[in-house]
Amino acid sequence: MELYELTVAEASKGLQEKRFSSSELTSACLERIRAVEPELHAFVTLTEEQALEQARKADFLLGSGEVRDLLGIPISIKDNFCTNGVRTTASSNVLKNFVPPYDATAVRLITEAGAVSLGKTNMDAFAHGSSTETSDFGASRNPWNIERLPGGSSGGAAVSVAADEAIAAVGSETAGSIRQPAGWCGVVGLKPTYGRVSRHGLIAMASSLDSPGPITKSVEDAALMLEVLAGHDPLDATSSPLPTKPYRELLKEKRENVTIGISDDYFEGVDPEIVTAVQTALLEFERLGHRVKRIKLFDPHYAVAVYTIIQRSEVSSNLARYDGIRYGCGRDAFGEEAQRRIMLGTYSLSAGYYDAYYAKAQKVRTLIVEDFARAFEEVDVVIGPTSPSTALPAGSSKNHPLFGEVSDALLEPSSIAGLPGISVCCSFSKELLPISMQVIGPHFMEDLILNVAHQYEQVTDWRSRKPDL
Amino acid sequence: MRNDTLTAMYQPVIGLEVHVELSTASKMFCRCSSDYFGQEPNTHTCPVCLGLPGALPVPIAKAIEGCILIGLALNCEIALFSQFDRKHYFYPDLPKGYQISQYQHPFAQRGSIVLSDDKKIRIRRVHMEEDTGKLLHQDLGSRAVSLIDFNRSGVPLVEIVTEPDFENEHQVKEYLQKLQQIIRSLNVATANPDKGEMRFEPNISLRRAGETNLPYYKVEVKNINSFSIVERAINYELKRQSSLLGRGEAPVQETRGWDEKRHITIGQRSKEEAMDYRYFPEPDIPPFRWQPGEIDEFRRALPELPDAKKARFMQGYHITEYDAERLTRERRLADFFEEAAKVGQEHGLDPKTIANVVMNKKIDNDTTVPAELIKNIVASRSIDAIDETELQSIIQEVIASNPKAVEDYKKGKTNAVMFLVGASMRKLKGRATAEHVKGLIAAYLDAL
Repeated sequence: MELYELTVAEASKGLQEKRFSSSELTSACLERIRAVEPELHAFVTLTEEQALEQARKADFLLGSGEVRDLLGIPISIKDNFCTNGVRTTASSNVLKNFVPPYDATAVRLITEAGAVSLGKTNMDAFAHGSSTETSDFGASRNPWNIERLPGGSSGGAAVSVAADEAIAAVGSETAGSIRQPAGWCGVVGLKPTYGRVSRHGLIAMASSLDSPGPITKSVEDAALMLEVLAGHDPLDATSSPLPTKPYRELLKEKRENVTIGISDDYFEGVDPEIVTAVQTALLEFERLGHRVKRIKLFDPHYAVAVYTIIQRSEVSSNLARYDGIRYGCGRDAFGEEAQRRIMLGTYSLSAGYYDAYYAKAQKVRTLIVEDFARAFEEVDVVIGPTSPSTALPAGSSKNHPLFGEVSDALLEPSSIAGLPGISVCCSFSKELLPISMQVIGPHFMEDLILNVAHQYEQVTDWRSRKPDL
Repeated sequence: MRNDTLTAMYQPVIGLEVHVELSTASKMFCRCSSDYFGQEPNTHTCPVCLGLPGALPVPIAKAIEGCILIGLALNCEIALFSQFDRKHYFYPDLPKGYQISQYQHPFAQRGSIVLSDDKKIRIRRVHMEEDTGKLLHQDLGSRAVSLIDFNRSGVPLVEIVTEPDFENEHQVKEYLQKLQQIIRSLNVATANPDKGEMRFEPNISLRRAGETNLPYYKVEVKNINSFSIVERAINYELKRQSSLLGRGEAPVQETRGWDEKRHITIGQRSKEEAMDYRYFPEPDIPPFRWQPGEIDEFRRALPELPDAKKARFMQGYHITEYDAERLTRERRLADFFEEAAKVGQEHGLDPKTIANVVMNKKIDNDTTVPAELIKNIVASRSIDAIDETELQSIIQEVIASNPKAVEDYKKGKTNAVMFLVGASMRKLKGRATAEHVKGLIAAYLDAL
């Protein structure tokens, strides 16, 4: 086994036991990056020197017996997290020269936990998309089949983990941007509860939805990363003051008799292969002693409409600061997708239309929150497919303005409701593409969905499959 | 038609928006110092007030407290639910492309200020917003450039909006003076218009006398920073609009600016160009849900307000309304008077006398303490209060009854004079200054 193939937990153990150094591990990852990047293009900016420097520092600390959650672990960071002194573009030409003078809280936290930062990963420009094809710096490709899309917007992050370029990744999700690319790339993607991880320093897409979270090779790693990332941040007024939990430790206590809700609408229009795979996974849960219960959640398509209005409205507002006066690029540097979103959002916030669109969407949003709350009185978690399809062919998002809304349809309801969700691989298609399912839980119950996903991962071996690169 | 005929035919309808900068130590949403006046440009900035990608606003409690105190002091209702909204417009000094303000749910609504003739000015709302940066138009070498200073960006502002209740510019001026007094008494702002800490936007229109509906238009004059210019601008607008009406022309709804050189208002933006600010709730800041108990807490924190203080001064110190009004205009002066009155009472000085001195002498209350003032009053009064013969006889009496001290003095113990001065002062009960008495005693002893 190559060093770069390790999980965070395995690598940490190896580092603590001095079986290899962080410098060796980091070099292995950098070499892997050099080997596969030409085909995959997961990164926008590589920070090789900084990584090696941080690795040397980590080795020194490891040598002096220091123990930190991510000490010496090479990690990739999505390019919408501000990194002090390192160019941060959100994959948009508008910010192609932007070097932030500060670190995002998520970046500060993983740095303080001892992580080695490999570089900034590619994404849909300003996170507008689910394909990573709207990146102004070129699309990323799916490591399972380079003719396929990795998903997005955290496409680069998911690719970096699936292709073993990074041990783990920091991504962000507004509605699907962690879980969908993780799902299409066959890795684990955790979208925490809105407010569980600070947004400070995350370049805003839709502020009332944006949630930073990890993309990892295992559920255990997701728990470990969340432990580092979660917590109240005085620099983010929407971050929750609720105490965090020892997520990794809580995996050891196996939750029993979990009631799993399934809603028919989440299987409508879904690729039959995926339906079968998720149903098989549900049988696995029953074998583990859990109960599957049919419930009735709102048709996800309501959430798609609500999400489209709220997200576009907030996008039009959040992008107003790129007015051509600062940051060195004019408004003509915006790509087509951003322009479309600005126009739709501006329209839905305009006098005379606000009540019909934005205000109405907020009301339906409240109904969706209540719908889930009702469901969680009956069941502990909800399980469904992560995406209606497996990774689509490269180019599919072109000329398809609602590409993201369709491929993220099953993820948008829980995002709109601010709920935590995790995507894990549960099969492979005939075309050898990963199939994934999602586990959704009540607010701030990350420990529960991690526990359920971890139980599944323990009794299956999808995780051991690696793309042939 | 002559102007006075027009004045009789038309009646002014005036409303007012006032922006007051709160004097919090930090800006509204970050920890940068809000003390930007006269500072080197762009030295009081951070990712938040520069609106950098990813930076988030976190409101500081002090600013919100300031706004709520102003609302309470203006007899407003404090909403149990309030929130910030984003107000979108494009201007180079606005780094986020929107200003964080309040639209649907301001902190305070429906208050009033009562003017001296019992005229009530209703206050529609009191809300918070952030200040913008500032454009500096300069010649840089041969090039004319516009530079942006973001030091002011994010400084907390409270906006106080009245109903269109004013009937003339004098009421506006009195309202502004009262508003300034009230705000200063709360210690939440220094409210100096000349420093831009208080800015005014009157909106002015005319309606036919006897008409009760609001006119179909209003003219807003933007960004005035002196009481007298508000008066002049209103005056000018009333004349301009009435002469338009006199010529049979209809004034239009527009925004105008005051031209300080020509003393006129100039059209800037018409109704057709009115902006759609696309307000929506600020998603970066959760809404505020107050408990009634918390509002009571704020209410308890209110100091005595100028009107109440004035009434108390008139009753408690038996001074005229005029004096009470002047003394309560500024909290510092009022406090000084009260302290001086307390010390004065011990010396048998009546508050009226002290009030006169405090108002007329324009004492520098930075350097003088009230006790010192009283000492001076007592001293200056004593010279008038006692005639020279009585003074002489008291001194002689003291000298005659203290032969020991006289003897000591003769032996060269000059300190003995002070003993005699002390004894004399006790008899004089403050009706002469020690200096004066000392001089007299020394002269007397030397003559013995």
